[in-house]
Amino acid sequence: MRLGGIGAAFARELKLAWSGGGGAALPLGFFAGAASLTPLALGPDPALLQTAGPGVMWITLALSSLLPMERLFQADLEDGTLDAYAGSGMALEGIAFAKTLAHWVATGLPLALISPILWIMLQGPVETVPLVALTSVVGSAAFFFFGSIGAALAAGVRRGGMLIALVALPLYVPAMIFGAAVLYAATGGEDWSSPLMLTGAASLFGVAISPFAAAMALRAAID
Amino acid sequence: MAVLSVFANPHRFMAISKPFAWGFTALGIALILWGGVYMGLFTAPADARQGDAARIMYMHVPSMWLCLFAYAFMCGASFVSLIWRHALADVAARSAAPIGAAFTALGLITGSIWGYPIWGTWWEWDGRITSVLIMFFIYLGYIAIWQAMDTQQKAARAAAILCLVGAINLPIIHFSVEWWNTLHQTATFFTKGDNAGIGFKVPMYIVALGYLALFGGLTLVNMRADILKTRADMMLQRKMAMAG
Repeated sequence: MRLGGIGAAFARELKLAWSGGGGAALPLGFFAGAASLTPLALGPDPALLQTAGPGVMWITLALSSLLPMERLFQADLEDGTLDAYAGSGMALEGIAFAKTLAHWVATGLPLALISPILWIMLQGPVETVPLVALTSVVGSAAFFFFGSIGAALAAGVRRGGMLIALVALPLYVPAMIFGAAVLYAATGGEDWSSPLMLTGAASLFGVAISPFAAAMALRAAID
Repeated sequence: MAVLSVFANPHRFMAISKPFAWGFTALGIALILWGGVYMGLFTAPADARQGDAARIMYMHVPSMWLCLFAYAFMCGASFVSLIWRHALADVAARSAAPIGAAFTALGLITGSIWGYPIWGTWWEWDGRITSVLIMFFIYLGYIAIWQAMDTQQKAARAAAILCLVGAINLPIIHFSVEWWNTLHQTATFFTKGDNAGIGFKVPMYIVALGYLALFGGLTLVNMRADILKTRADMMLQRKMAMAG
C-alpha cells in the first residue's frame, strides 16, 4: 500500500496546485512576461534576438521554475501535513518525489509547452519548435528536482525564496549549459543530440538524488 | 571514533585549543610573509615571459588550493556531524566556511589582477575561473543557510546536507563548465604545461603551508568564538530565568 500512499500524495498535490489559489499558473505569466521584456531591453533587431534569444529563454525558464519552490514544502510543513506523512510510515523520500513530480506536472510541463511560443517570438526558427519543446520538458525537470533540494532546505525559513535561489542556482549549472547548447545547436543546424542527452543525464541525476537530499532536509525541519 | 570523541567535549576543546588557534595564525602569517612577500618579491626569479607580473601567483595559486581544501574539510565535518551528531563538527564546518569563502574570493581577485596585464582583461569566462566562481556561490549559499535558520540544530543539519549535496555535484558542475568552455573557446593566452622550476615552486609551497596554518588557526579562533557565544547566551538565559 506504500506506493498507494505516495500516489495519493501525488494526486492531492496536483489537485491543490490546479485548484483556485494554487498559483500553478503564475510562473507561466512570469515566464511569458520576462521573455517579452527581452526585446524591450535588447531592441527588436531579429538577428540580435536570434543570437541572444535561446540563452535568454533558457535562463527565464530556469528562473520561472524557481517560483513554485518556496511553497513546495513550506505549506505542508506549516499545517502539519508533513508530520502526518512522516507519522504514517510512508518514506519521506517518496513524498518528496511525489510532491516535486506533481508540481512539475502542474507547472513545469505547462512552462515547457509555452516555451515554443516564446521561442518563435524571439525569432527562433519555426522548424526547431518540437525540439525546443522537448528540451524544455527535459530541462524543466532538472530545474524542478534540483530546486526541490533548496525548497526542502529552506522549508522552515520564512521568506525563504531568495535562499532557495542562492542554494539551487549552482546546481542548475549542468542543465543550464547543456539545455542552452541544444537550443544553440538547433538554431545553428549543428548536432543537438549529444547536448540533449547530457541535459537528460542532468535531469535524471536530479530526479535520482533530490528525493534523498530533500527527505533528509525535511526530517531535520520536522524535528 | 576514539580520536573524534576526544574532541567531542567543548570544555576540553576550549582548554587545549587556545595556543593552537593563535600559534597557527601567527605561523601562517609568518610563512605567508616569508614565502609570499620576501621570497616571492625578492629572491624568486622573474618569469621568462610574464616578467614580474607572474609573482602574484604565489598568492593566487595556493588560495585556489585552499578553496578546495576548505570545502573538503567542511564536507568531512558535515559528514561527521550528520552521522554522529558530533557537536564540535558543526561548529568546525560553520567556522571554516567564511574562511574558505575568503580564500575563494582572494583567488578570484588575485586572478583578476593577474589577468589584466597578461590576458589584457580583468575577467575571462575561462572554464576554471567559472568553476571557481560557482564554488564561491556554493560557499555563499552555505553561509546563508546558517544565518537563515532560527535554531542552531536545524541550521546545522540543513547546512551539512547542502555541503554534501554540493560536493556530489561539484565534479559534474566542473565537467559541465569545462565542456561549455571548449564549446565557446575564445582566444586565451593561458599556456599549460610550462615546467615551473624549483625557484617558483618553493615560495608557492611555503605560502600554501602558510595559508593552511592560517586556515587552521582562524578556524580555531572562529570555533572558540562560536562556543563562547553559545556559553554567553546560555548564561544570559539562566540569569533572565533567575530574575524572572
